[in-house]
Amino acid sequence: MAISQMVGASIKRREDPRLVTGTGSYVDDLPQTAIVHMVVVRSTDPHARITGIDTTRAKEADGVIAVFTGKELLSEFGAPLPVTDCFVPTKKYPKHYPLAIDKVRYVGEPVAIVLASSLSAAQDAAERVEVRYESLPPVVDIEKAIEKGAPVLHDEVGSNLSYDVKFAAGDIEAAFREAEVKITQRLIQQRLIPIAVEPRGVVADYRTWARKLTIWSSTQIPHFVKVWAAVILGIPESDVRVVAPEVGGGFGSKIRVYPEEILTALASRRLGRPVKWIEDRGENTKATHHGRSQIWDVEIAAKRDGTVLGIRPTQWLDLGAYCSQFGTFQVLGMLVAQGAYKMKAFDGRAVGVFTNRTPTDAYRGAGRPEATYLIERVMDLVARETGVDPVEVRRKNFVRVEDQPFTTLLGLTYDSGDYRITLDRALQMVDYQGLRREQAEKRKQGKYLGIGLSTYIEICGLGPAVPTQAAVGVSLWGMSVVNVHFTGKATVIIGSSPHGQGHETTYAQVAADVLGIPVEDIDVQHGDTAIGPMGMDTYGSRSTALDGNAVHISAMKVQEKARKIAAHLLEAAEGDVVYEGGKAYVKGTPSKAVTIQEIAVAAFQTSRLPKGMEGGLEATTFFDPTNFVWPFGAHIAVVEIDAETGATRILRYVAVDDCGTRINPMVVDGQLHGGIAQGIGQALFEEAVYDEAGQLRTGSLLDYLVPTAADLPSFELEATITPSPVNPLGTKGIGEAGTIASSPAIINAIVDALAPFGVKDVSMPATPEKVWQLMHRNGGTKR
Amino acid sequence: MRRRVAVTINGTSYEHEVEPRTLLVYYIREQAGLTGTHIGCDTSNCGACTVEIDGHTVKSCTMFAVQADGAQITTIEGLAKGSTLHPLQQAFWDEHGLQCGFCTPGMIMAAKQLLDRNPSPSEREIRLGLEGNLCRCTGYHNIVKAIQAAAKVMAPGAEAKAPASVS
Repeated sequence: MAISQMVGASIKRREDPRLVTGTGSYVDDLPQTAIVHMVVVRSTDPHARITGIDTTRAKEADGVIAVFTGKELLSEFGAPLPVTDCFVPTKKYPKHYPLAIDKVRYVGEPVAIVLASSLSAAQDAAERVEVRYESLPPVVDIEKAIEKGAPVLHDEVGSNLSYDVKFAAGDIEAAFREAEVKITQRLIQQRLIPIAVEPRGVVADYRTWARKLTIWSSTQIPHFVKVWAAVILGIPESDVRVVAPEVGGGFGSKIRVYPEEILTALASRRLGRPVKWIEDRGENTKATHHGRSQIWDVEIAAKRDGTVLGIRPTQWLDLGAYCSQFGTFQVLGMLVAQGAYKMKAFDGRAVGVFTNRTPTDAYRGAGRPEATYLIERVMDLVARETGVDPVEVRRKNFVRVEDQPFTTLLGLTYDSGDYRITLDRALQMVDYQGLRREQAEKRKQGKYLGIGLSTYIEICGLGPAVPTQAAVGVSLWGMSVVNVHFTGKATVIIGSSPHGQGHETTYAQVAADVLGIPVEDIDVQHGDTAIGPMGMDTYGSRSTALDGNAVHISAMKVQEKARKIAAHLLEAAEGDVVYEGGKAYVKGTPSKAVTIQEIAVAAFQTSRLPKGMEGGLEATTFFDPTNFVWPFGAHIAVVEIDAETGATRILRYVAVDDCGTRINPMVVDGQLHGGIAQGIGQALFEEAVYDEAGQLRTGSLLDYLVPTAADLPSFELEATITPSPVNPLGTKGIGEAGTIASSPAIINAIVDALAPFGVKDVSMPATPEKVWQLMHRNGGTKR
Repeated sequence: MRRRVAVTINGTSYEHEVEPRTLLVYYIREQAGLTGTHIGCDTSNCGACTVEIDGHTVKSCTMFAVQADGAQITTIEGLAKGSTLHPLQQAFWDEHGLQCGFCTPGMIMAAKQLLDRNPSPSEREIRLGLEGNLCRCTGYHNIVKAIQAAAKVMAPGAEAKAPASVS
């Protein structure tokens, strides 16, 4: 079937034939010759002084090549692991090296590495490394961590408090004076384990005489890893190449420079052989960062008609044992907590503390799920307290389309959006009034139906360079190279680093429309720092808004050069030549066209080019947009609570999302499906549980409940399209929207179902036991 | 200590000396060099290593290689016939039943047995049948659709579907 316009077409993904046949290569699948296997000895104690490490017996074991401890390698670390500003430049944090030096601070912290000729030899020898610990009392509770007399993790910080900062605007005191309704609520963002189905893995190969280092890593950020591996290892950046081959999911968990990327490289340099480390799942649950782990306290000032006047939220963020590279990115939750609503005042406080647990960092949404959970729970709490329908509370407080571009109290400017349209459509899809009647009927029969709304907005497309430099400490932009070959086929190189998002397909669609080259003749390459300029990689729903648009702009530059070459070939004035559908011709005479193939040949047979024009048909773009992009949508969950067991069954899940232009609607919907499932996972199932001794009790997939197919319904999706005005394609982001929206929709639905029991809140995960307890706390009596 | 193991994988005979503790999944990946079978956990929960052994679907991390001695094994690499994808592979492609692709080989092998046993399953039966395989990308929505689509193609009497082109 011929498709005249590729942008907007749900074509099948070109990534898939290799993946459905098992012939894609993830890190563990790469061919290996003379490889050395690395096993990391990890701390079993959450907080202890290391009084000695005896590696003698390990070194004597069969097949062992070397064993290294932190003290032995300290002099080779040119810098500690990186930490970015991420909204809190004033925070205090300790130096963090890839191996513990004299103290361990969480279970799973790397203590030593064992290198052997086989994986089993390395595993056996790792058990013979004797680490002597002098245990210290662990800190495993956010609030207790900053109590007087709490054991201190980092002497160089002086206490377990990293920062305590305000994000405030408007007169909050006046808002509370005006308030007819005041509500105080604590909301828990439980600690989550990301669980990409492919754990992390690294192969590092340092060629001694060539002085070149190659790192293959299951990472979202090959370009960042290249920079930091060079800095930490003291190798010129030009001699470091990082490749992210097939990457089996990330969800933020592969967004930072990890100790193992440095340790494999360092070991390879020492040994002169390639070194491989593959994380097992037991390690993954402790050594790969966790997400969320926050307490939010909020005070709400509202009027009896449902108008929200102001909120006073405090975010208590558990950084874990160290400050991870983007650990305080989660403070973004405070900056966007105003959501889709107008209010008069916002008085936020963000506090970060250290505990003896795995460091936290970005996990799908990173700050935005927390913000959305807060403000969408606020809307429902106000609805409950005032008796105004939750739909009306939202409509009353919405930013209106005539307010766009709307600037929030904290100074962020939304790009576009009429938030009523997605809500109205979602309400129609579920037949909201009909559902309310059904709910009333069912309550009479002792059945508990709940309807939960979430009308989210999201900041993504990180981002314009100036604000991201100021806020995060990194200038973010999109990058592409578009290169038309001699035969008229094209290669596109992108700065994003997909790991399931389908950029190879969707960015070919973008280039195909501009160049008029068949989409199957456009190859999209990524994930290898040697093939193109610096890129800013993939996270934060940024790729299509940045790199996707960079592809469009590079293709436009190439088109313009092609048009100039064509004018020369046609002996026509440049201004008279148009380029369309892979051909250029003089206006009005499309029959006498030169094709992109003919133009490409001329571009390399440079004697045929206009005087002074360089050869080649290639363009590079570093795209820096004027603003972030702000997708929005309305999600509605319909649930029924089993009165006998407290189990929640999702009867329907309806979502209307607006992410601007959809390059490939099939791929967009796929992102939403997975995102919604992850948010449901947080709402109902997932929690990283530590005991008081600081041991992780959910360190395997037996104990940590990732949703299965049987736990989830099929989703009902529709879209509205409000193109973003800040990039040429009009795209916004969609990778995290589902996760951001779905947790509050589910919890609002459960609380709604439990209204007859006087329940105003249930904390995540809303397990059957927790729900049953709430239903029976007053002996099961209804109010 | 090492033990001899002989198996047939996707119609090819393999014979190797292995350590008795070698799990079948490591044998398939490292000795036979078939890396389409993935390892996603160490507790037999994720299902990324699912293969077919003597007609039964097995998580290949739950068996030692020595236990498979003499067995006929099919892995994801054995499903396509020449350049024609198996209907399940085709359906996963057509229906966008995968994103990062890491769980996909195991998911397809589990789906194969599901359809072998129940050629026209309901949505609920498909969802229950996939409980032993975890996917973090798709929310299972399009995986379910893919298996429904494959069931139609694989149903007795259905015409074999020609491989579809890109568009």
